[in-house]
Amino acid sequence: MRVRHAPRTRVDWFLTFLRFSLTALVTVGLLAFIGQQIDPDNFFARAVNDDASRLSWESIKDLVVSGLSQGAMYGLIALGYSMVYGVLGFINFAHGEVFMVGAMTGMITSNKLADGGLWESNFVLAILIAIIVSVLCSTMTAVLMERVAYRPLRGSPRLIPLITSIGVSFFIQYTSALLLGPGAKSYPQLPDWLRDDIPWLGIEGKKIVVLVVAAVSMAGLWYLVERTKTGKAMRAVAEDKEIASLMGIDVDRTIVTTFAVGGAMAGVAGILWGILFGSVTEFTGFLPGIKAFSAAVVGGIGNLGGAMAGGLTLGSSESLAPQMVLEPLGVTGHTQLKDAVAFLVLIFVLLVKPTGLFGERLSSEDRA
Amino acid sequence: MSGERLLTIDSLSVTFGGLDALKNLDFHVDEGEIVSVIGPNGAGKTTFFNMISGMVAPTAGDIVFRGESLLGFDPNQVTARGIARTFQNVRLFANMTILENVMVAQHCRTKQGVFGALFNTPGFRREEEEIRAHAEKVLGFFGTRLIGYRLHQPASVLSYANRRRLEIARAMATKPTIILLDEPVAGMNPKESEELTGLIGKLRSEWGFTIVMIEHDMNVVRDVSDRVVVLDHGETIAQGSFEEVSTDPEVIEAYLGRPVEGAS
Repeated sequence: MRVRHAPRTRVDWFLTFLRFSLTALVTVGLLAFIGQQIDPDNFFARAVNDDASRLSWESIKDLVVSGLSQGAMYGLIALGYSMVYGVLGFINFAHGEVFMVGAMTGMITSNKLADGGLWESNFVLAILIAIIVSVLCSTMTAVLMERVAYRPLRGSPRLIPLITSIGVSFFIQYTSALLLGPGAKSYPQLPDWLRDDIPWLGIEGKKIVVLVVAAVSMAGLWYLVERTKTGKAMRAVAEDKEIASLMGIDVDRTIVTTFAVGGAMAGVAGILWGILFGSVTEFTGFLPGIKAFSAAVVGGIGNLGGAMAGGLTLGSSESLAPQMVLEPLGVTGHTQLKDAVAFLVLIFVLLVKPTGLFGERLSSEDRA
Repeated sequence: MSGERLLTIDSLSVTFGGLDALKNLDFHVDEGEIVSVIGPNGAGKTTFFNMISGMVAPTAGDIVFRGESLLGFDPNQVTARGIARTFQNVRLFANMTILENVMVAQHCRTKQGVFGALFNTPGFRREEEEIRAHAEKVLGFFGTRLIGYRLHQPASVLSYANRRRLEIARAMATKPTIILLDEPVAGMNPKESEELTGLIGKLRSEWGFTIVMIEHDMNVVRDVSDRVVVLDHGETIAQGSFEEVSTDPEVIEAYLGRPVEGAS
């Protein structure tokens, strides 16, 4: 039986038009790309954009790996957005700054270690120390943020902590500029084996390190949330704070734990940023933060697996789409459109599946 | 049959914006008792439970549990002291499995923290094992309905009656002294409610819980209660055995209304 819908308005038609035109553009671009990969003189590809150049398999592999490693970093940050949203129902826009604090403290620690000589003599130990320090600092930042800025607002409408988080974000940015001075600061140089390609893979070592560290952190978080009582308490608080409290769970403490775990993940991501890009400014948290937020929405906000999947989707599409879709379509300046691609992916997912890839909305009737 | 005085409620009042939800309510429960609280809709029964469990703060009066005042405690602190409850409109963690619903209820009875979990220490594993075993024992109380393949299904797939049973299991798992049951048989068919009546008796005889129950089904109230307290408009209008209460003219009036003067 057909369910009766509300009559379609002009807005609905416009959205449908957008959905189809975006899908059509992406399809044409991809087909043209595949065409030119098979045969440089492919008629369809030449017809769409005569200047498009063919990609070697080497460069496709490079794009995929950089996309995935950046995506894994977005995913780690996105976890923090998603967890806080799950538990408190608001978007903590200052989470990008927690990530920046992680990258900054990682930079300070690794430079100190480089001065002391440990960075060169025993890199693995040095990077472990840097990870521990930046994880501790970003965890503390997140916990303090909750205590000082958000806890007094518990119970107020969601918009209020959201606006507050924007203020917190500026506060942390400019405090960092005040303490460390504005401008870019660089990490010490990575050892050769990380900068060079790994021989039998042909992939830069640092990208592998980033992927491995992200995978390990994600596995640890999954174990914590799904298998331990702390995780069960977090999920219980996310579903129903009142009942969780009646089950003997200290809701405030669980919320602090949530911020702490999200902050730790952002700290790991901060170090990974340092390894990938080698420098950090007080505004480093902004764009990755917004993209990680988009990743959380793309994956379905409140869903941890979704946050990671959203991060990987966003990272790889912003790395691949300029060459694989935009260039064959004949878009000029395609290499500079990385950021635009990330947000286009967000818009596209929201148009097609508004709850995100893995998101599901529980209506009040679905609740047991 | 009744033992030590567990819960004493002393002239408890609460006002919601000018409306007296409860007025000078006195109440007590002794160890091992089953007390039913009845009364027409809007009499203040659920508010009364909300106050004991720390969800609503009273305007005046005192709640004393085992010699300690519960005023100013958060719900989790009340639960930790041994008072558990269920809800009239069942409120489970719908996205968590049946086993997890019961395991999470033992949260305040466990000691291991995040570090034990991260490093998977022997103490942590032992505790998880104990929690799990206790959860399965509690779920086994309801026969085969909530165990076996059901353990790992989300609570949202359960039938209505099973959701009610799971909510009681969850309250039992917090290892309470007193369980507050808010309309445990509401919406169940006569056979199911008869079965649950038997189980409420067993909650006391086999598990040693003291029970305070809000219930509209008078068959259930008659079959299990040692004592019945009747509330109307936030006040106690009668209390005593079921027979005493059910013949009390004031109670009949509260439920059925006053006979019209002069009518024959």
